[in-house]
Amino acid sequence: MQLALFLIFGVLAVLAGLNLLAQRHPINSALSLIVVMLSLAVLYWSLGAEFLAAAQVIVYSGAIMVLFLFVIMLLNAGEEVRSKGSKVASLIGFPGAAAIFCVLSFAFLSERDKLGMTTLGGDLTGATSNITEISHVLFTSLLLPFEVTSILILVAILGAVVLARKEL
Amino acid sequence: MVPIAYYLILAAILFSIGVAAFLIKRNVITIFMSIELMLNAVNLTFVAFAHMWHQVSGQIFVFFVMVVAAAEAAVGLAIIIALFRTRQTLSVDQINLLKD
Amino acid sequence: MPHLSQFQTFLLLTIVKVVVVFVITLTAVAYTVLLERKFLGRMQNRWGPSRVGPFGLLQPLADGIKLFLKEDMMPLAVERPLFILAPVIALSCALISISVVPFGQQHLIGQTGVDAFQVANLNIGLLVILGITSVGVYGITLSGWSANNKYTLFGSLRSTAQMISYELALGLSLVGVVMRAGSLSLRDIVNSQSHYGMLSWNIFGGLQVVGFFVYMIAAYAETNRAPFDLAEAESEIIGYHVEYSSMKFAMFFMAEYANMITVSCVATLLFFGGAGSPFGHLFDHVFATGIISMILPVLWFVAKVFGFLLLYIWVRATLPRFRYDQLMGFGWKFLMPVAILNILATALWLAYRG
Repeated sequence: MQLALFLIFGVLAVLAGLNLLAQRHPINSALSLIVVMLSLAVLYWSLGAEFLAAAQVIVYSGAIMVLFLFVIMLLNAGEEVRSKGSKVASLIGFPGAAAIFCVLSFAFLSERDKLGMTTLGGDLTGATSNITEISHVLFTSLLLPFEVTSILILVAILGAVVLARKEL
Repeated sequence: MVPIAYYLILAAILFSIGVAAFLIKRNVITIFMSIELMLNAVNLTFVAFAHMWHQVSGQIFVFFVMVVAAAEAAVGLAIIIALFRTRQTLSVDQINLLKD
Repeated sequence: MPHLSQFQTFLLLTIVKVVVVFVITLTAVAYTVLLERKFLGRMQNRWGPSRVGPFGLLQPLADGIKLFLKEDMMPLAVERPLFILAPVIALSCALISISVVPFGQQHLIGQTGVDAFQVANLNIGLLVILGITSVGVYGITLSGWSANNKYTLFGSLRSTAQMISYELALGLSLVGVVMRAGSLSLRDIVNSQSHYGMLSWNIFGGLQVVGFFVYMIAAYAETNRAPFDLAEAESEIIGYHVEYSSMKFAMFFMAEYANMITVSCVATLLFFGGAGSPFGHLFDHVFATGIISMILPVLWFVAKVFGFLLLYIWVRATLPRFRYDQLMGFGWKFLMPVAILNILATALWLAYRG
C-alpha cells in the first residue's frame, strides 16, 4: 500500500520536476511545480505528517504558487529565450546536478540498512494526533521562535509593500 | 513498507532537478521557483527523518521552512516586480547593469 | 463476505459510497439551479421556469441536454491544454471536498468498520476542505489566462485576488469552533455539539455567532456569489469565463453550485450541529429504533443544508453588488480583524472556563 503510494506520487513528482526543467514558458513551469508540491503533500501524509500535508497544500500550492502565477500573469512573462549564457549554464549545470545526485544517493544507499523502513501513517510518540503534538511543542518549548516568525512575516509584508510601490 | 532511503533518494532527485533548473533557466521567476523546489526537497528529508526517529521536531522544522519560504516569496516577487519596472525584462542575461 | 479480505471489502464499500455521494451531489447541483431560478422568480413576482415537466421539475434535464448539444467553441489563440484543464480543476475541486462531510450519525456497516454516512473520516477533515478550496482557485486563474483575452485575464485576476483575500477571513473564522471542539475532524466537531441539541450548537451554546457571520460572509465571497459576484456579474462585467461555451461553461457553472453546497454543508457541520437533531436526545425513546434512527439525522442534515441554500438565494435577491475596492476593504479591514478578535475572545473564554 505504502509502496504503491510512494511509487505513484514519487514518479509523479519527478516527472513534474523534469517538466519544470523542460518547459520554456514560466506558467507551465509553475504548474508543474504545483504538481510536485501536491504529490509531496501525499508523501508527507503517508509518512504520518498530516498537518504538514495540509499545510503544504494550503500554504505552498494555495498561497505561494498563486502569488507566482499572479506575478507571471501581471508581468506578462513570455517564453524564455535561449542565449549564450544558457548554453554555458547547461554545460556546467547538468553535470553538476548529476554529481550532487550521485553523491547524495550513494550516501543514502550505503546507509540504507541503518535508516530502516517506514510504516504507513507513522507512529510518533504516543497515541495523540500529529497536530496535538506539533502544537504542544510549538507553543511551549518553541514559543519564542514561533513568535519571531510572526515578526518575520510582518517585516516581509512591509518589505513587499514598499518594494512593489510605484515610486521606489 | 518502504525503506527511508528511497524517500531520501527521491528528495535527492528533486533537489538535483532544482539545482539544474536554477543554473539553466534564464527567467528570474523560474529561477525563483527552482529555489522553492529545492526547499521542498529538503522538507521531504526532514519529514522522512522525523518519521525515522519518531520525533516531531523534524516536522516543526518543515513548518518553519514553510513560513520562511512564504516570507521569501513575498519579498522576492516584489523585488522581481520592481526589477521588471526598471528594466522591462525578466531575463537574467539582460539584467547586468553592474557589469557594464 | 467471507471470501473477501478486509481491505477488499473496505475498497468496494468505499467505491460504492463515492459513486452514491457523487450522483447525489450532481443531482443536488442540478436541482439547486432550478431552486434558485424558481425562488428568485417568486421573489421578483414572476413564475420562474414552469414549462418543462410538472412545476418545471424537468428543467435541469432540459438545460443539461441543451448544454451538451451546443457546439463546443474553441477560440483559435487559446492555450489549449490549460483551457481544457481549467474547468476540470474547478469542478473536481468543488466535488472532492464533499468527501469528508459526515451527513449522518456514525453508523458502521457490519464488522467492516466502514462508516455508512461519510466517505472518509480524516483527522484533518477541516484542513482538507480549506486546502481543496485553495487549490480550486487555479481553475479560475488559469481559465482567465489561457483564454488569451485581456478582459478574461483581468476578470480572473480580480476573482483570484478576491478569493485568496477572503480565504484568510474564512479560515480564521473557523478557528473558534476548532478550539472549542479540540479537533479538526469534522466528525469530532459535530459530536462536540450533540449533547443538548440546539443549546450546544456552536452558534447558540458555543457563542460563535460572530464566527458564524464572518464565515457566512467570507463564504459568499469565496463562492463568488451575490453580493460579491464580481467574477461573473451577468450583463455588467466581463468575467473569467466569457470564452467558454457548451460543456466547459457548464462545468464552471456546476462548480459554483457544488461549492455553494459544500459551503452550506460546512456551515451546518461547524455551527449548526451537523446531523444532530435540534431537540438533542429528547425524543430518542420514540425514534431511536431501527432504520428511523439512521434516516432521521440525514433528514436533519439535508434540511439544514437546504436552509442555507435558500439563504444564499434570498441574499442574492436582496442585496446589491459591492464595488471592487469596497469588497477588498471589507475583507481586509473589517472581516479579518473581527475574525481575529473572535479567536481572542473564544480563547480567553475557554481559558477562563477550563
